[in-house]
Amino acid sequence: MTDLDATDRRVLNRLQEDLPLTARPFAAVAAELGLDEADLLARLGRMRRDGLITRFGPFFDAEAMGGAFCLCAMAVPAARFDAVAAQVNAHAEVAHNYARGHRLNMWFVLATEDRAGIAAAADAIEAETGLRVLRFPKLREFFIGFRVAA
Amino acid sequence: MDATDRRIVEATQAGLPLVAAPYAALAAELGLDEADVIDRLARLKAAGAIRRIAAAPNHYRLGMTANGMTVWDVDDARLPALGAEIGALPFVTHCYERPRALPDWPYNLFAMVHGASHDEVEAKRAEVAAILGDACRGGDVLYSTRILKKTGLRLRRKAS
Repeated sequence: MTDLDATDRRVLNRLQEDLPLTARPFAAVAAELGLDEADLLARLGRMRRDGLITRFGPFFDAEAMGGAFCLCAMAVPAARFDAVAAQVNAHAEVAHNYARGHRLNMWFVLATEDRAGIAAAADAIEAETGLRVLRFPKLREFFIGFRVAA
Repeated sequence: MDATDRRIVEATQAGLPLVAAPYAALAAELGLDEADVIDRLARLKAAGAIRRIAAAPNHYRLGMTANGMTVWDVDDARLPALGAEIGALPFVTHCYERPRALPDWPYNLFAMVHGASHDEVEAKRAEVAAILGDACRGGDVLYSTRILKKTGLRLRRKAS
């Protein structure tokens, strides 16, 4: 694990919260932390380059920008697992797919233009594999407080 | 969201320029002016299309290497308040109400829990169970064993 000093940790903790929409936003955050702007930017750039931060920028709500998403699950017989994974992954609508330790052992997310696209993709996977695709669309999203305490 | 908003979204999908005046840099890249970019970002935030402008930490690199998808069968009437409480926990990254699929799947609350180890995830799962208390009729946890596919979410252009 890359070494972070105490100042890096304060910077990373603060930058998981919102950046102001002002001309010099990093100067404002640096002032809050008692740092100077150039130091804060250098630390942020280093953490980004070292991969401690995967991205710095707007967090988008994909649904608010259009498009439909649905978590789906299948119970795939072990002997067919890799073949079914290949059939599922061949659909461009499958954004990601994880094997999980459960009777429902394949979990993937469909991302399409609209709700009809979700049903069409899930139905197509059922037809190709002969297996049921359970659909778990989001009914409600709860506010997320997740921050990594660096 | 108009075409200019979409250009801003596309230009920032990989992130903002890490420079002293990032909105001016973005504006220059798009041939817009800084005040317009700031104004549009503020409107996208007010509309909920942007949640915040912030760092996405690599939780694996920061030692949070274990995660489990915890799932719970929670009394529907009490779910809104309890879900909000679970989502606000600092170790929960995603928290959703989803439909049950009876009889295969009795669970209606999904909360992704992260920790430094499997044991830590289990301890946090116990914390969630304690908060849910008697509103919860059962739960389970699913650990990922393999990533089968992972693509970034692409922003689609509307056909019309």
